Order: sequence, then C-alpha cells, then structure tokens
Amino acid sequence: MHELSIAQRLVELALEHMRAAGAKRVVAVTVQIGALSCLQADPLRFGFDLLTQGTPLAGATLNVKVRPVVVYCEPCGQSVALPGIQNFECPICGSPATDIRQGRELDLESIEVMDAEALVPNIASVEEVPHA
Amino acid sequence: MLEPRILEVRTRILKKNDELARDLRRRFVAARVLATNLVSSPGSGKTAWLQSTLTQLVTSGISVAAIVGDLETDNDARRLSQSGAPVRQIMTHGCCHLEADMIEHKLEGWSLADFEYLFIENVGNLVCPTSWDLGESLRVALLSVTEGEDKPLKYPGLFNTCDLALLTKMDLAIACEFDRQHALENIQAVRPGMRVIETSAKTGQGMAEWLALLQAKRHELPQSLELPWQDAPVA
Repeated sequence: MHELSIAQRLVELALEHMRAAGAKRVVAVTVQIGALSCLQADPLRFGFDLLTQGTPLAGATLNVKVRPVVVYCEPCGQSVALPGIQNFECPICGSPATDIRQGRELDLESIEVMDAEALVPNIASVEEVPHA
Repeated sequence: MLEPRILEVRTRILKKNDELARDLRRRFVAARVLATNLVSSPGSGKTAWLQSTLTQLVTSGISVAAIVGDLETDNDARRLSQSGAPVRQIMTHGCCHLEADMIEHKLEGWSLADFEYLFIENVGNLVCPTSWDLGESLRVALLSVTEGEDKPLKYPGLFNTCDLALLTKMDLAIACEFDRQHALENIQAVRPGMRVIETSAKTGQGMAEWLALLQAKRHELPQSLELPWQDAPVA
C-alpha cells in the first residue's frame, strides 16, 4: 500500500503550491499517473481523503488521469501507445520497445484553489451566539 | 474573490525523493562507489545471494558495504555481517519500500570513498519500490525459480525499471519443474534486451559472471555528475 506514502507527498506538495499562491484552500487536485507507475487510483483516493481531513484540502476532489505507455519505435519512426504493459513490442511492426516516452508519470498536474476560507458555518460558534 | 482559480503546477509528486536521490548518486559517483539496489518479492533469496557476494568480495580484499531494509528485525543485517563487511539495517516499521532519505541517514559516519561497492537490499516487495529512486547506479530484480515463471508479467512496472535480472535458486530448478525458457521470454517481454544471470547461492552458479558485471559497471561510472544540466531542478 505505497499509495498512502504517495498520497502523503501529494498533499504536502499541493499545500506548498497553495501557500505559495497565497490561496486559502484547495478544492481540486489533478494528477497524472503512468501505467508503469504501479499506482492504483482507488487506494490513492482513499489515502488522499484520509490525509486531507482537517487541512485546507479537506473535501477536495482528486482527479486521476492515467497515462498509457508510449514508446518511440525506431523502425516505424514514430511514437506509439502500447495497449498494455505486459508486452513491450511495437504494436505496428513488432520491434522491441525500449525507448519509453510516457507511462512512468507520477505528477501533480494542477490544483484548483480558493482565495477564501471555506464558507461552511461553524455550528458550535453559531450556537454560542447569544440572542439579541 | 470566491471564484476558484486553477494553478498549473506540473511537479513530480516524488520530487523531494528524486532530488535527494540525485544528490546521493552524485556522492556515490564522486566517491567511485557502485551503488546497487536489489529488489524482489520476499523470500526470493536476496539476502543469501548478497551474503555470498559480500563474502566473495571481502575475501578478495575488496571494500564493500551493505544497507538492508526490512519491516522489522535486524536478522538480515546480522546474517550479512558474517561476511565481514560493514552492514547497516533499516527497519521501516511497516513502510513497504526504502526511500532516499532513509539511505542518506544510514550513510552517516561512513566514508564512501572507503568503499568500492555499496549494496542496498530493498524491502521484499515487487510493487512499492518501483517509483523510489535511491541514487543507485544499478537496479537489479531477483526472481527465484520457486516463484513461477510469470512473475515478470504480473509485476511489469518493477521489472521494467531494472537494469538486470538474476534468476535465483537455480539449484532447485529441476525440483520445481522450472520452465527456464518461459521465464526468460517473460522477462524479455516486459524489458526487451535485459541481461539475465542464472544464479545459485548454494552452488555458486553465476557468481563469477555477476562479480565481473559489477566490476565492469563500476568502471563505467562517469567521472563526475557535476555537469551543468544536472543542476536543473527536477520538473
């Protein structure tokens, strides 16, 4: 379950970027995950939801974009996407596929931030307000 | 301002680990140490093979050190220490892989220039170590004949990041009805061109070839990684 370790780094990174931009909270996070990264979206979401509780990322949506493996095939002279990750050969000409151009991503692509605190009313403090 | 705004940040999630690993790689290369990361599933014979390797190197008067990672116990460090080489244990207490900062901490007090080889035995796991660069110059996958020939197809992500595969426990191949050809085909399917050495810690099969390869890889280390482009931030 290394998704939890990755989610931890992701949350720290998103917070850094949020603070650097002077924003107050994060409402969405988009990541790119390569097919070769050995990462599953669901456990990543599970870890993300867990670790963001009580932080400025609480409730943020995690968008996961899965990137297929793309290799450059020398004989074909072009980049081609592989249908899976169990057979590294060019799907067009069958040559061994060793020049990997995409598929190892483990990237934070973007974050969607708000410049104000959450507008969720603090129930406890509302109850304490004395009636006029 | 209540409208959300989108920040295109495009950063590697493991940026900090990658930067630390790059610093480690630079240190290893500057000290002329070949750092090797051994990865495999639990029980594939990493420790037995490494113990034989360390013993061989120490006996030949070659200076070598090892760092070994496990969730719990320092049993492996004690086994490996019998070789006479300095060995340090990382106990991850549940963490399923080693990270660059763990290696950095374990190096404290060692003078890297005193070593020709440093072996890092990763936590037994064929998934999680994949994305964690430890600054190694050589990443080796071990696959034992008792595990099944289709392991590379089941864990292509890890096998694809490795430079070399060792088939271990070859002395058990016949008893296990190991289909050697099929295993080799599966390795080539997920990592075309990857070199494979067939080994046995029991009989010593493959040891000479392995030691020769290590020596060659050490000689191939660049003189320095202090090139201007290396200082570009990790995107």
